[in-house]
Formats: sequence, C-alpha cells, structure tokens
Amino acid sequence: MNLDDLTHISGEWLRGTGPESDIVISSRIRLARNLAAFPFTNRANAHQKAEIEGLLRERIGKIDFQPKLEYVNLPGLSNLDRQFLVERQLISREMATSDGPRGVALGPQETVSLMVNEEDHLRLQVMRSGFSLDEAWQDIDKVDDMLEERINYAFSEEFGYLTACPTNVGTGMRSSVMLHLPALVLTKQIEKVFRALQKINLAVRGLYGEGSRASGDFYQISNQVTLGKAETKILSEIRDVIPNIITYERQARATLIKETRLALQDKIRRAFGTLCNATMMTSEETMDLLSSVRLGINLGLLDDITIPTVNELFIQTQPAHLQKIMGAPLDGEDRNAARARYLGKKLRETGPTVN
Amino acid sequence: MKCQSCANPATIHLTDIVQGQKRVLHLCQRCAEERGLLKKQELNLPAILQTLIGQHIGRLPDELARLTCPACGIKYMEFRAQGRLGCPHDYQTFRAGLQPLLKQFHRAVKHVGKVPKHHPGDPAALAQLVELRSKLRQAVEQEQFEEAARLRDLIRQKDATT
Repeated sequence: MNLDDLTHISGEWLRGTGPESDIVISSRIRLARNLAAFPFTNRANAHQKAEIEGLLRERIGKIDFQPKLEYVNLPGLSNLDRQFLVERQLISREMATSDGPRGVALGPQETVSLMVNEEDHLRLQVMRSGFSLDEAWQDIDKVDDMLEERINYAFSEEFGYLTACPTNVGTGMRSSVMLHLPALVLTKQIEKVFRALQKINLAVRGLYGEGSRASGDFYQISNQVTLGKAETKILSEIRDVIPNIITYERQARATLIKETRLALQDKIRRAFGTLCNATMMTSEETMDLLSSVRLGINLGLLDDITIPTVNELFIQTQPAHLQKIMGAPLDGEDRNAARARYLGKKLRETGPTVN
Repeated sequence: MKCQSCANPATIHLTDIVQGQKRVLHLCQRCAEERGLLKKQELNLPAILQTLIGQHIGRLPDELARLTCPACGIKYMEFRAQGRLGCPHDYQTFRAGLQPLLKQFHRAVKHVGKVPKHHPGDPAALAQLVELRSKLRQAVEQEQFEEAARLRDLIRQKDATT
C-alpha cells in the first residue's frame, strides 16, 4: 500500500457523509482478541512476537474479505509514516511508538484495520462515516467470524474473550461515536453532558483517544463496560444516548443563533479570516478555528467552502500529514509557517464568500 | 578528589571494615574495575519489585501476594503493579484476586454475548503450551540451545493437537 496516495483524501472517519453527519463524525467499533496458546504481547519476547505476528499475518491473508486487506509491517515504516497512520486513526498511538514485530492489515477504504501485536495480539477495528454503529457491528462481526475459523482465540465460558487488561475482558468490544459539539462547548454545557454520560458508564475522550484533549471540539463517546453485557446491548446503550446529545447540540446551536447571532458570526468570520491570512499556525489553533468554520457552514453563516473541504483540512494540517504533503520533515516554526501557507492556499482555491 | 592509583577523578568510594580497622578507598571507574571491586552484583529484582509494589498498592493478602501463574510465570503482584496480565491462563490462576476487580469495574463477573463457534480446546493443554513457550524463551535467553530445540519440537507436536 502506498501511504502517499492517502495524503490527499480525508479518510473514512472524516469523509463527512452518513446519517447526522453535521454532528456525528464517525462510528467505530474495536474488538480485542488473543491467541489461546501464547503469552500476551507485553509478556512475549521479540522472538515470540515475531511468531505471533507471522501466524496472524498468514491467517489474515487467508480470509476471503472484500475488498482485500493489505498488510503493513510497522517497523518497516518511518516514524513519520507511523504517525500518519495514527492521525488517520488506523493504528493506536501505542502501536506507533512501541517496538518489536507488529503490523496492521488495512482495507483500501480505510474502514477496516486489523492491528497485530497491539496490547492484545489482535485488535480488529471497523470505522464508518456518520452515525452507523449497526453497520459497523455487522462488518466487524463478519471479519471476526472469518478470523475465528482460522485462529484459536483465547476464550472462556466464564470470562468471555480473554484480554491482557481485565478492563477489556468479556466481549472485548469498545464501540464509540465521534461527535462534533462546538455549540455545547461555546455555551459551556459540555461538562453537564459528560457528567450525565459518566453516570450511565459511558466514557468521553478526545479526538485521539485515551488521554488526548478534545481538540477541534471533537468528542468520542464509548462504552466502558465489556463484561456482563452482550454486544447488541452495549451498542444499543450508546445508540440510544446519541440522539439526545445531538438534540442538545442542535438546541445550543439554535440558542446561539437566536441570542448571539452577531457575536457568533463575528467569531466564525474571524476564524475564517485567520485561517486564510495567518503567517504561522499551530495544530491546536488550526483545529479550534476549523471547528468554528465547520459550525459556521452547518449554520448557514458561511458558504462557498464545503464541509468535505473543512474535513480534509482537519486531517491534512495534522503534523505527519502536513510533512508528507510538503515532502519534507518540518519542525517548530517551519512547520507552523508551512501549515499557515497550506491553509491560505487551500482556502483561497475554494474562493470564499462570506454572507 | 583524585583516584588513589592514577590521576583521574575518583568516582568510586569504598569503605570497608576489616578486623576492626576502617579502610577507605577512592578510585576511578577503571582502576576499580581492574581491581575487581565492581563485580556486577546480582540484583534481587523480585524483592525490589515486591517492595515497590507494596508501597504503591498496599499490602495484599499473603495468599494473593504469593500467587504466580504456572504457565507464563507472572506474579499477581506484578499484574497489580502493571495492570496487564501475562497470559490467558491468568484468569484462572488469579481468579480470586480478579473477581473483585471485575465486579468493581464492570459490575459483573460473567460473560454475556458472542461465543466463538470453534471451541479453543482444553484449557489445561493451552496453559501447558504457554508454559512451554515461557520455558523456551528462558532456554534461549540462557543459551541452552539443546533444551530450546527439545522444547520447540514439543511445542510443535502439542500445538498441532490442540
């Protein structure tokens, strides 16, 4: 797979299509699986990891999944390319920086990614644009069935799928929905939403998962409990709560328009102006400003720039993407200057008019 | 301070008491090595680890603290310190310690949901394979290549039947 080909497309999770896609960015499900007759990854030495990788890679290669998955050997990639895969949400941050034999099998649409020698021997992931948990489950369940015919999974009747960390045991399933919630942030109601979600045992994380801050007002809502509840039940608990959050976000947007239209319009136009004209731009500032612009488009306060363009810019201005697009390693001020130039060029290309 | 046997800065300071007589030595790294004073001491890692874990997570009931997985060799204490188990068999070995943790985190102790269509096989045989693989790993690390070869054959033979 030529990773360079991916730089100019936005990746499944930011494609911006699918149900409720003005607020729901993407739906994602991950399953943790392990081989029954091997120590877990953290307890395996390099030789054993190579054996585990060889075995899984061979079995993954044999499944008849369409479109065909392609295996990428991670130690064979540069740090930049591994970071690039993290930014596209195809591998975890841990996988980019850990060492030893490991890899990932990817589908061409970037909807499926099978990580080998992550914290668990195998982490299956399916991602879909918009609010599509059920479709994601159908896909991942199918891949899991196909793999299970060829792989002896660690499983016990009592504890379910056995995982390296007991917080994942049982279904081994983490399902999440990524939401863009700028109005709840602006109206300072986001904390209230978090507290309500925590009460029903759902976790809220930032854009890049555990420990990452919610840059660009992106939030991932996911299940915490994996034991004692069937997959369908876990999915329905998330599925049921998302429409409420969407309603709150829409209400907050309506309030902003009604009560502070001028201030909101000003904020959005300033964000757009800064993105077009700045000389230096950090990744964080870019995310925050693009978030305002995205809100502006969805509220009809800004046109001639489309949601897909904004979505592309969210990912293309990430550090590894930017460096790959520029074709050179860039640090600090150079990178921030390159980011500002890139944004200016892209936004002028689309020819903005502000109404 | 200078090394007592050459002019380099002294970095090793040794104090001994031999038959009531105090003796102080100031040496540089190289001279200390030449005199064989820096023989690598076998660090008692498990003991250090246990002390550290004890400080972090408090005392565990003795029974749990002593538990070691026969298959992968991980101690219950190590799991509590790192938060990661060593092999699938640990769920049986550490069951008594895990159940309260699972209850606290998941509010459940029993799996509900998907079950693989193919049963993975006899848990004892699978645990034995993990154990053989751990032994193989040790044999390779200790350069016991004949033993390693024997274990490798045994694993191949047993893995085919499970």
